[in-house]
This record gives sequence, C-alpha cells and structure tokens, in this order.
Amino acid sequence: MKFNLAGQFYDDIFRKISTVMALLIIGLVIGIFITLVIESWPSIKAFGLRFIWTTTWDPVSREFGALPFLVGTLLTSFLALIIATPFALAGAIFLGEIAPPRLANPISFIMELLAGIPSVIYGLWALFYLVPIVRWLEIKFGAPPFGLGMFTASLVLAIMILPYALSVARDVIKLVPQDIKEAAYGLGATRWETILHVIVPYARSGIFAGIVLALGRALGETMAVTMVIGNRSAMPHSIWDLGNTMASVIANEFTEATEDVHLAALVEIGLLLFVITVIVNLIARLIIIRLKVK
Amino acid sequence: MNTYPARENWRRIKNQIAVIIIILLALIPTLPLFFILANIIHEGLRSINLDFFLHLPAPPGETGGGISNALVGTFIIVGIAVIIGVPISILAGIYLSEYGKDSKLAEIIRISADVLQGVPSIVIGIVAYAWVVRPMGHFSAFSGSVALALMMIPVVVRTTEEVLRLVPDILREASLALGVPYWRTVMKVVLPTGMVGVTTGILIAVARIAGETAPLLFTAFGNQFMTLNPMEPMNALPLVIFNYATSPYEDWWRQAWATAVVLTFMVLLLNILSRILAKRIAGEK
Repeated sequence: MKFNLAGQFYDDIFRKISTVMALLIIGLVIGIFITLVIESWPSIKAFGLRFIWTTTWDPVSREFGALPFLVGTLLTSFLALIIATPFALAGAIFLGEIAPPRLANPISFIMELLAGIPSVIYGLWALFYLVPIVRWLEIKFGAPPFGLGMFTASLVLAIMILPYALSVARDVIKLVPQDIKEAAYGLGATRWETILHVIVPYARSGIFAGIVLALGRALGETMAVTMVIGNRSAMPHSIWDLGNTMASVIANEFTEATEDVHLAALVEIGLLLFVITVIVNLIARLIIIRLKVK
Repeated sequence: MNTYPARENWRRIKNQIAVIIIILLALIPTLPLFFILANIIHEGLRSINLDFFLHLPAPPGETGGGISNALVGTFIIVGIAVIIGVPISILAGIYLSEYGKDSKLAEIIRISADVLQGVPSIVIGIVAYAWVVRPMGHFSAFSGSVALALMMIPVVVRTTEEVLRLVPDILREASLALGVPYWRTVMKVVLPTGMVGVTTGILIAVARIAGETAPLLFTAFGNQFMTLNPMEPMNALPLVIFNYATSPYEDWWRQAWATAVVLTFMVLLLNILSRILAKRIAGEK
C-alpha cells in the first residue's frame, strides 16, 4: 500500500474519522459528567455537602436536601433485590441445570422478550393491577391503604430486574464444567448436594455480578417507579409510605421547576444518580472481567 | 424393602424437597410476567380499532380520539435517532475492531461505552435538555432524538465490534492482496460480511429506545396535535401511555392500555426479528 499514494490518503482519512467517532464516545461520557456538574453548580454552591444529608425539599422556601430521595432509591432498589434474588437464583438453577434444554430454551426466550417490554408498560400494569393488591395487603397489615408507595415500587422493580439477574446467573451456571459435576455425582452426591456444594460455589462471582447489574438497573429505573411510588418529597418512615426516588423526583418536577436553584438541585440529584450507577456498573464489569480471566 | 440406612433416606428426601422448592421458586415469577402480557392484551384489544390509529387525541375529558400523532411521532423521533446514532456507532465499532483492537485506548473506549450504556435514562434526558432544549429555547422532537441516540450508541458500537471481529482475516488479506486499500476493504468486504450482525444490533437498540419514556419527558415533551416538524414538541407512544395512565379520565386509561398493546407489539416484533437474524448468523458459522 505504501506506493499507492492516493489509497494511503483515503486510508488516513478513514482511519482518522473512525478514530474520532470512537473518541467521541469517551467525549460523550466526560461531556455528560461535565454538563451535570455545570448545570447543578448553583445548587452545589448554595447547599454544599449539606445537600446529601438534609431532608427538607421545599421549592417555595428554596431549601433543597436530597436525603429523602437517596433513601427512597436505596430502599426500593435493595428491597427489590431482596425480593428478586431468591427467585432469580432458583430460576437460574432451574433453567441452567435442572430443566432439559427443550424446556429451558423456549422459557429463556420468552423471558428475554418480556425483559424488553418498556418500563412505562410495567408502570401502567402496576398502577392498575398491583396497586389494588398492595392496598389489600396494607389493610391486612393495618397500614394506611394508599396502594401506592415504596413497597409497590419495590415490587415492580423486583419484577423488572428479575430477568436480568436471572439470565446472567443462568449463563454462569451453564459454564460450570461438566466433569466437576460428574465428579460430585460419582462420589454419590445427590442433585441438591451438587447444586449447593459444587455449582453455586463455582458460579458464585458470576451470580453476584448478575445481582450487581440488576441493582444498577433498579437504581436508575424511572417510569415504573414514578407511576406507583406516590411522589411525596418527604422522608419515608416505613416501606408502606409514599415516597420518591432520585429518578422519580426528577421526572416529576423537572418541567415544573421555575426557580433556577430548584432546577439545579434536580440536576444535582441526576449527578449523584449518574455517579452511583457508574460505580455500580463498573463493579459489575470488574467482577465479569475477573471471571473471564479465571 | 429399603436397605438404605436412615441417613441416606434423609439425603434422598432432602434432595427431592430442595429440587421441588427450586422449581416452585422458579415458576412463581413467571406468574406476574404472564399476567402483565395477558392484561395488556385483554385490556388493550378491547379499545383498538382503525379509528384509534387514524384519529388525533380528543380534548381532555371527552371520549374517543386516537394516537395517530404519537404513532407518527415515535417513527420520526426514533428515525432521527437512528440517523444520528448509527453512523457514529458503526465507525466507532470499526475503529475498535480494525484499528484499536487490544490497545489501551480501545479498552478505555469500551469501558466508556459500558458506562454510557449504564447511565440512567432520566439523566440522559437532563443532558439532552441542557445540550439541545435550552439553546433552542423550546422542547423539540430533535432533542428527544439526541437523547435516544445517546442511548442506542453503546449497544450498536459493541455489537458492530463483536461482529466485525468474527470476520475471518483471510477475507481482509485476500482483498488487500488484490491491491484494495484498507478502508475500501473495510467498507466493501468486512462491513458487508458482518452486515447482518450489525443490523441485528441496530434492531436491538431500536427496540430498546422505542419504548423509552424518561428521556422524552423534557425533550420531545408531547403534543396533542399532529406535527411533522422535528423542531417542534412531538408526541410519542410511551409519552401517551404515561400521560394517559396518570390522568383522571377513565377513557384515557382505556386508551393507555390500547397504546400499550401497540407499543408492546412493536417492541416484541423488533426483538423477535433480531433473534431470527442472529440465528441466521449462527447458522452460517
């Protein structure tokens, strides 16, 4: 190619264009971060670190503290994880180890299709079908029967993240080498003993990665949560309370924010959410990289 | 009859109980997923008719009306997102597979793509607001497309890279040996060979962004009227579902379900199509 000067010229251009487009992706990530910092600057300047641990969110008196939303996001996400994990793990073991492929493959296929249903549709369903169920539960438990609230949001989140956690865990369980399973059976282990003492320990870090990925998704989930959490910007006192997550308060108030500092406070919540999800996703990625090395 | 010692019997029983519990736990979550699908179809199909697709939304409180503007809006917003996102993604994918390969820079770009994919959609909405809506001074379909393009880029970049890496080097060498410059080799040999895979990636990405609501809330914003101008606020199917479901009108709830059927059907179709394509690639290999 050296002697084809015209060819080399276009080669250079093509290489440069594709390099620029690739660099653009780094630029986008940095750009998003810088934009969030700049846009939230009035709020960062006004409230400083107090923003993270004060609980007053009052657009009228221009006092903004994000703690209720941090708590709302963490509480609903972790509750969702706690609800979803046993089912996801059992499902992964069932599809990866117990069910014959003729049964497991179509079930996996349908599950992955359902994972693609937009979150606003999960929200619609939850609003009309899950809310009455939760209201009934709340009457049973003697809680105020809103139907909406943190618990309902956690349930929808659990349903939504389950396919993610499940499919990662299933893939890792499938990767457990046949010979060590056969070795366990050869020693007279029952199926359950093999699952408990061989398969799960071997796939442990992959299962954990799946759970962390699901957490990352739950933290940033907006629409389904916004539709059922009740949108109350005060500190929640129980899981039956109405509340708000970081994502849902942005979705609710962003277009209504007239004061600059209110808008900046909402963007700062977005900035916090961005930082948290990036960290969670990088942790999941690190675990998966370590898996591949192994 | 039973010659096993008691301990062995207990192990067998424990095994059976455990396996049954696992199967039960595995089957329980299929119930809500099944109900979601059944409810959408049941509630939605009642209100779908031809008028629903052809008419504009009725004024608040009045019954009837349709989602023609949202249907058109979704196509336009997603279409522009594809036009913005796909060329960038394919070129970046080409860089990763043909030039960057295992270099440090390529690894940073891959991590960036992963980070971008993990950014919550509502945050993407804020950024599109700051980048497009604020400078323009008003909400617009175009700003929604920018937000959606940001969401589709990482998906298409990674699939493009993966697919192009699968193209055997023999093909590249054969083309280069014929005196074809590298860039033409990439465009005429490597990319066409991996085109089915790249298309699969685009379909997956489109299925993902077509149902996104959060990034459109303060970009495309929604519109009760038909507009084809991407510089104006525009309605989209997910926005209709959100606005109608949270409205106080019973007729709008009914229409939210009907819109949900349309959107679900579109997304499922795109996903199934991408699966069929993916299977075809797997079959060729």
